[in-house]
Amino acid sequence: MIEVPLPTARPPSDTRRTVGRTILGLHAWLTYIFLYAPIVILVLFSFTTDTFGVRWTGFTLEWYLRLARDSRMINATINTLWVALVATIISTVCGTLLALAMERYRFRGRNGMDALLYLPIVIPEIVMALALLAFFSFAFGLLESLTGIKLRMNIWTVIISHVAFCISFVVVVVRASLKGFDMRLEEAGADLGADPQTIFWRITLPLIMPGVIGGALLAFTLSLDDFIISFFTVGPGTNLLPVEVYGRVKRAITPSINAISTIMLLVSMSLVFLSQFVQRQRD
Amino acid sequence: MTVVAPDETPLAHQRQQRLRLWLLLAPGALWLFFFFVLPLLIVMLYSFATPGPTGNVIWRFNFDSYITLMGKDLYFNAYYRSLWVGLQTTVICLLIGYPLALYMTLAEAKQRNVLLFLVLIPFWTNFLVRTYAWMIILSNNGLINELLQWLGFAKQLLYPSAGAVLVGLIYGNLPFMVLPLYASLARFDFTLMEAGADLGAGRWRSFWRIMFPLTVPGVVAGSVLVFIPTVGQFVVSDLLGGAKVDLLGNLLQRLFTRSNPPNWPLGSALALVFMFLLTLIVIIYFRTTTEEDR
Repeated sequence: MIEVPLPTARPPSDTRRTVGRTILGLHAWLTYIFLYAPIVILVLFSFTTDTFGVRWTGFTLEWYLRLARDSRMINATINTLWVALVATIISTVCGTLLALAMERYRFRGRNGMDALLYLPIVIPEIVMALALLAFFSFAFGLLESLTGIKLRMNIWTVIISHVAFCISFVVVVVRASLKGFDMRLEEAGADLGADPQTIFWRITLPLIMPGVIGGALLAFTLSLDDFIISFFTVGPGTNLLPVEVYGRVKRAITPSINAISTIMLLVSMSLVFLSQFVQRQRD
Repeated sequence: MTVVAPDETPLAHQRQQRLRLWLLLAPGALWLFFFFVLPLLIVMLYSFATPGPTGNVIWRFNFDSYITLMGKDLYFNAYYRSLWVGLQTTVICLLIGYPLALYMTLAEAKQRNVLLFLVLIPFWTNFLVRTYAWMIILSNNGLINELLQWLGFAKQLLYPSAGAVLVGLIYGNLPFMVLPLYASLARFDFTLMEAGADLGAGRWRSFWRIMFPLTVPGVVAGSVLVFIPTVGQFVVSDLLGGAKVDLLGNLLQRLFTRSNPPNWPLGSALALVFMFLLTLIVIIYFRTTTEEDR
């Protein structure tokens, strides 16, 4: 292909503007370096032979092999994936239904519900975490004094808590996809004799599916990455990846943590790619 | 809850509609009631209770926890320091983020998508991992110290320190500032700047009188998204600040789990006062932004 040079729209006197653009571009580059240098260094130092994991002394896969033998870490990873999976399924179902109710119906208490849905997004995570800790301890104490049944915080208290903060995010994403929904498609379905169930499964759900998947991916990422709420609601018997990593990081920097961090990073990146892909499909 | 239905709808249909609404609302609404609203009410209850000698809670109600909060310098200092660190982080993120968002907006469509994507990746990446990366860089034998030595300077104790906490907070929160700013700038009509220039305004003046006022919703949204998590976090200050930087989040964590004995009523009161302060800020946020910015 031959590129035809176009006349520049910029008047020749506009050198100040070019200077401005150059400074802006330089600033952007420096900011991207600031954002990515630590990530690159972290990944690089997961392959270093340095046992302190903070400098480059040679290449090794030792730390990844150690991770594969680290049963505590593997157990924590499995638990974290399980929590994220269950929390995503529950919050996606509840959130999608709520989004439909909020977009399709006018009812008393709708504004209150709207505010309630924004609260878990805007209140500080630590307040929510402590509230859940207080709630579980209160509820379990009450249960024990009433029935004698002793319950302790475990993986299910984490799942319940994760659902509580993921629902709102799913609602926001699914509501956005319902905004451009053409109601005439449902009416057409009804005119052709479809019952409400058929309309929902055959028309509504497929059309809002990109939004639902987007919401589910967000919920999955939030649950997978969550540290604060997991930390306070997990109880002593269960091991979760971010909590385990935090505990180890507090003791010392090790190349093994660099390796597990690199894997977590890779998972997050794949999820961004996936969510962007889903969004492309929608547009 | 009543469904507002058109007048001509028969009663049976209206009842069916109401049932359907209930089925849609019930699972999510009940979950949020039991595991969000109720926990907050219980925190409120705890805040009026009396702390026991072994970290237990005695159900004798009074205002003691709130009086302690007002009276002790320790708590006042934690508020003050948290708000100050939050403010510093927010302002610096804004100063870095605004020009970046502007650059992204001005870029060509294809390049813009890449630039946006590059901001999204850290946005979705684990906060703990990103904080940990700075521990590696700032550590005693880490890259910065190596660079310093190479340049002929002495090694510095870079972390734990207040400066390291600030760097970690800016690093962690910058994407939360850039994305709303970008959303706001992408809607800005740049021909307005030309109009300003035609009317004789300098570029600086055009920026402050035209572009900045019109992107204030993005500025407010980004600031709130940075400020709230910054004030409430305890991971960055714990990992990069050691015991030197004691923010509200650290204080709350200690009161609930680590201090000897734990004091849940006081912790609950502190959490509620904190939430109340931030709710005020959020109300301002909702007043000044439109739905798209959120």
